[in-house]
Amino acid sequence: MANTSWYTVGKPEQRIDAVEKSTGKVRYIGDYSAPGLMHAKLVKSTQAHAKIISVDTTEAWKMPGVRAIITGEMFPYHIGPILADRPPLAFEKVRYYGEPVAIIVADHEYQAKRATEKVKVEYEPLPIVNSAQQAFQKNAPLVHENAAQYTKIISDVYPKASTNIGSHIKIRKGDFDVAWANSEETITATYSFNLSDHVAMETRSTRVEINPAGKVIVHSCSQSPFTIKKVLNQFFNIDVGNILVHIPMVGGAFGGKGTVQLEPLAYLASKAVGGKLVKLEFDREEDMTTAPCRIGFDATVQLGVTKEGKLVAGKYTYLIDSGAYTDQAAGITRAAALDCTGPYNIPNVWCDSYCMYTNHPFATSFRGYGHPELTFAVERTMDQLAEKLQIDPLQFRIINGIKPGDTTPTQAVLTANNIGDLEKCINRAKELIKWDEGQCIKSGKNKVRTKGISTFWKTSTTATNAQAGAIIIFEADGSVNLNCAAIELGQGTKTILGQILAEKLGMDMNKIHVTMEVNTQYDPHQWRTVASSTTFLAGRAVVFAADHAIAQLKKTAAVVLQCSPDDLEVGGGRVYIKPDPTFGVDIKDIALGYTYPSGHSIEGQIVGIGKHIQRHLTPMDQQTGFGKPGPWWSVGVQAVEIELDTRDFTYSILTGVTVLDGGTIINPMTATQQMRGGMYMGLSYATSEKFVFDEHGIVKNSNLREYPMLRYGEQPTEYLVDFIESPAIDGPFGARGIGEYGVIGAPACLANSLSIATGMELNKLPLTPESIWQRKVEGTI
Amino acid sequence: MNRHNGTSKAFIHLHVNGETKEVGVRNADTLLSTLREKLGLTGAKRSCENGDCGACTVLVNGEPSHSCLSLAVEVVNLPITTIEGLLDSPVREAFVDKWAIQCGFCTPGFIVNCHALLTNHPDANEEIVEEWLQSNICRCTGYQEIKEVIHSLLGSNNHSIKKTHPGLSK
Amino acid sequence: MISFDFKYFKPSSVAETIEAYNGVHEQGEKALFISGGTEFITFARTNKIYTDAIIDSKGIPECNVLEMRDDNLVIGAAVSLNKITNSNLFPFLGATVKQIADHTSRNKITIGGNINSELIYKESILPLLLVDAKVKLAKGNDERAVLLNSVFNRKLNLSSGELLLQIIIDSSNIDLPYISLKRTKFSKVGYPVVSVAAILKDNRLRVAFSGVCGYPFRSDKIENIVNDSTIPVVNRIDQVMDNLPSSIVDDLQGSREYRAFVLKNVLLDVMEEMEMGE
Repeated sequence: MANTSWYTVGKPEQRIDAVEKSTGKVRYIGDYSAPGLMHAKLVKSTQAHAKIISVDTTEAWKMPGVRAIITGEMFPYHIGPILADRPPLAFEKVRYYGEPVAIIVADHEYQAKRATEKVKVEYEPLPIVNSAQQAFQKNAPLVHENAAQYTKIISDVYPKASTNIGSHIKIRKGDFDVAWANSEETITATYSFNLSDHVAMETRSTRVEINPAGKVIVHSCSQSPFTIKKVLNQFFNIDVGNILVHIPMVGGAFGGKGTVQLEPLAYLASKAVGGKLVKLEFDREEDMTTAPCRIGFDATVQLGVTKEGKLVAGKYTYLIDSGAYTDQAAGITRAAALDCTGPYNIPNVWCDSYCMYTNHPFATSFRGYGHPELTFAVERTMDQLAEKLQIDPLQFRIINGIKPGDTTPTQAVLTANNIGDLEKCINRAKELIKWDEGQCIKSGKNKVRTKGISTFWKTSTTATNAQAGAIIIFEADGSVNLNCAAIELGQGTKTILGQILAEKLGMDMNKIHVTMEVNTQYDPHQWRTVASSTTFLAGRAVVFAADHAIAQLKKTAAVVLQCSPDDLEVGGGRVYIKPDPTFGVDIKDIALGYTYPSGHSIEGQIVGIGKHIQRHLTPMDQQTGFGKPGPWWSVGVQAVEIELDTRDFTYSILTGVTVLDGGTIINPMTATQQMRGGMYMGLSYATSEKFVFDEHGIVKNSNLREYPMLRYGEQPTEYLVDFIESPAIDGPFGARGIGEYGVIGAPACLANSLSIATGMELNKLPLTPESIWQRKVEGTI
Repeated sequence: MNRHNGTSKAFIHLHVNGETKEVGVRNADTLLSTLREKLGLTGAKRSCENGDCGACTVLVNGEPSHSCLSLAVEVVNLPITTIEGLLDSPVREAFVDKWAIQCGFCTPGFIVNCHALLTNHPDANEEIVEEWLQSNICRCTGYQEIKEVIHSLLGSNNHSIKKTHPGLSK
Repeated sequence: MISFDFKYFKPSSVAETIEAYNGVHEQGEKALFISGGTEFITFARTNKIYTDAIIDSKGIPECNVLEMRDDNLVIGAAVSLNKITNSNLFPFLGATVKQIADHTSRNKITIGGNINSELIYKESILPLLLVDAKVKLAKGNDERAVLLNSVFNRKLNLSSGELLLQIIIDSSNIDLPYISLKRTKFSKVGYPVVSVAAILKDNRLRVAFSGVCGYPFRSDKIENIVNDSTIPVVNRIDQVMDNLPSSIVDDLQGSREYRAFVLKNVLLDVMEEMEMGE
């Protein structure tokens, strides 16, 4: 712990949302209903790639309760967060199975659903692009005929005409070719990671109405309220000030609720019924295929090394299956490139990261933003190369671990403040997983226990002007309301921000009231609640707001106490004289200004305002990738011990270790929750999860019956979590972001452990007993 | 036989959390949608509507049930307990104390199921716990905290879990 | 959310059931019997099934019986899978149905519903096929008890309007040594890659399969092979693989080749556990 004198930072304060959540009384977006609320349902594409010949709504219009039907030609424009390539409703053609084709608005949900069944869509099938590899081939069918003509919403995206390349990001640091030629040992290996889904327990849902004054009122379970405003403004021409977005607590998101898909559809639906309140709620099947999912990933990694094990050359080719539209996959393509090496110092790095259009459901951000995928490829390669070199895999990682003074692939300079301590993390993880007791132990008949490890890193790739704000308002009892647009998704952000405020004010947590709902009309602008950025951005805003309030408290108290504000200190619900804490004034007596016995009053309510914007971030150079993409890099190590049945390839996960250097840990229990939960999620998709497509690009398992996930009892028997706390001087109390990190190394360390257990290089995920068996069969042919 | 139900809609009485409630439903309405939309009991969550995730779990006749897999008309005359009827359960408190809640969306279903588990098996072994709790999916926690909830309440010394049979009333 | 409307009947006797069925039928409409109703709801929600009326058999006293009657165990079709397991009246059946779906669902899924499932698994039929269970069926004013094997061929072949009331098992068959093994893709909750149930009766192994072919089955030919102690176990297993009644299923749970691999391992486990070596 960097500072043990803290009042609440570093302590496991109970989550402020836990009691209410335990009673079932929290109102999530879908828990609202009201008389007169209308319901929208979607007609979805039954084809993965086809021309729309006709959409016949005649029979649907005859169904009871139907009030409006909207089809694609009514809004024939493209939208998107990075590249505007996606029509909210398909027109002219469909590009994935499940794509919205029409909206029906009806009085009751079942009526809307029944009417969708009556819409007749005639399709003319087109050739399917069913993988990123196929998309990359010359003469592959084109998912988008005119990709290069789409409008760029942000700068770092490079669609290539007459190909399926939605973006191509390059890293050129040093001279790879020369370094490769001079390498004393080399390795080239390929990897793949299938598409999968977020499966937040709450499916996506929204309600929209347009009031007679022209205000568009949106309620949604989004991670990006201000992006909803931006999209409705940019593409639907509504004044930003006329768009109000409300976000209640969100039932899990994992990046999947960062993009804007439902709100424009519900806006069109509301508009079609004269602005009435319309609800659009996805069922599970729609949430899995119509809504965006996680990228697929193919990688080729080439590493060149000296005999002593010093990495000198790295080349990385990433093919990202973005599905039918680029959405956030274009950003993931960039993020995967700028951290392509993993946390290693390599002087010569080339990376080509391609965002590939296919006829799969489109992909968006997913906890880790491309990093679990690249880490899987890099860390498998590190293990294989260590074996070639006959170096202990941990030692090999320590030798090459990135440090202050090194540069990242985009040549950003690392300092003691913007990167954590990888070597400490490795050594701690080594102890926790009991590495020295052996990496491979025979544990019974047909049973073997093995350990695998993975390092990881990630920066927080935000917009260069990403920002957050906070407003704190004092109550007459001396307690404080905290309003900001950080969204509570389950990660505990509202508790953390409350703790930061409590620390600054020296106040008990029960005196801090954090508004759980977000309302864009009274909360200051916040970029989004994604990219593990909130503790840093909103946390700093809270620090500034607290300082602002403290100055006001001192000013008022100085008058009351007849001293200089400089003489004063704030804490324990009071403002007092530093040398004599018994001499002071209660905050409750000055929170709404101070009133003298005469009735005369001064100063008025204490209202603190704070804000923070990213400093010195830049876009990347198109040719070399040169630039500063993020404010800091958190680093860490994960490890698992598994037990494999060598006869049938079933296995169980015994221990899962996560050690993270996330700077100061504000709340060790919420941080531990994030590490365990993240590791579970990474292990779940590395062991089981993937979408299965047939040859027509149709998803065959878009429900939780057939989409496998780890259930209770299938998680590691124990999770061991620890933190290294190298403080980030910029962060609130030295904190960096941690929300995504628990997931990043999990697939890689699982694959490393199973590769040792099976004696085969397992470079494709997920690793089901069947896929391991398949690998064995292929290996013996 | 309920002959009056030769149509597709019905007025029925549901016995929920010790109270008898009259509701008009379509025969096609699930217990889940009836609880949520007609009775305002939104603690049971709509998530998969396919019996796969447990977010909608309620007790029917004291047994955990996926309320998405029951029609409301199927459960007339049976006592139903939702999370709103279990606010005094020590399981609810333990979920708070053991950090078993993140986004909270699966929480009510888990609490209802855990409550029934501990009622029926106050000394459950790990195999029974696993069998029961595999009915619910939590996407946030990684399950360790939920395991700690159960372990904290298991054992013959714990008599705090009461059988929940609100019975048929009023 | 089920988008179509239907009538709902919950008769309290067999006679009322038939009456309800005929009533719907006379109007030219389709009626469907349900017991647990879980499969009906999941199929209706996704429009894989349509009906004008459902007739809920949970109110029929005969369908709720679970008890020993003289020398027979009688299980009503509307008895839930968990009740069967918890009663411990027939441990083999209890152990097999405990592997179906998940615990909470098994409070609602009934044995009648599982046997009549539209899916290929119907694992509760496996023990019943092995113990020569009888089924009691009702149609119109007639009730009949017949050997399950005589009406089950890939699926339960009931005529239109015929209702499964009860399953009857001779008590001499309920305490035999048994094994029931289910293998899934990864998570324990899931459809089987392979499910095998076996009992030892009169020193002869009886074995039934689900998830292997497109239907659950028991086969004389296979039982002859597994009981042929003149042949080494591994060779018997190879012969079983050559004598499956149809090709192995190839679906989301596992490829044909993988299922064959798993089945061989499971058979080996069954033979070992039941001491069927040379």
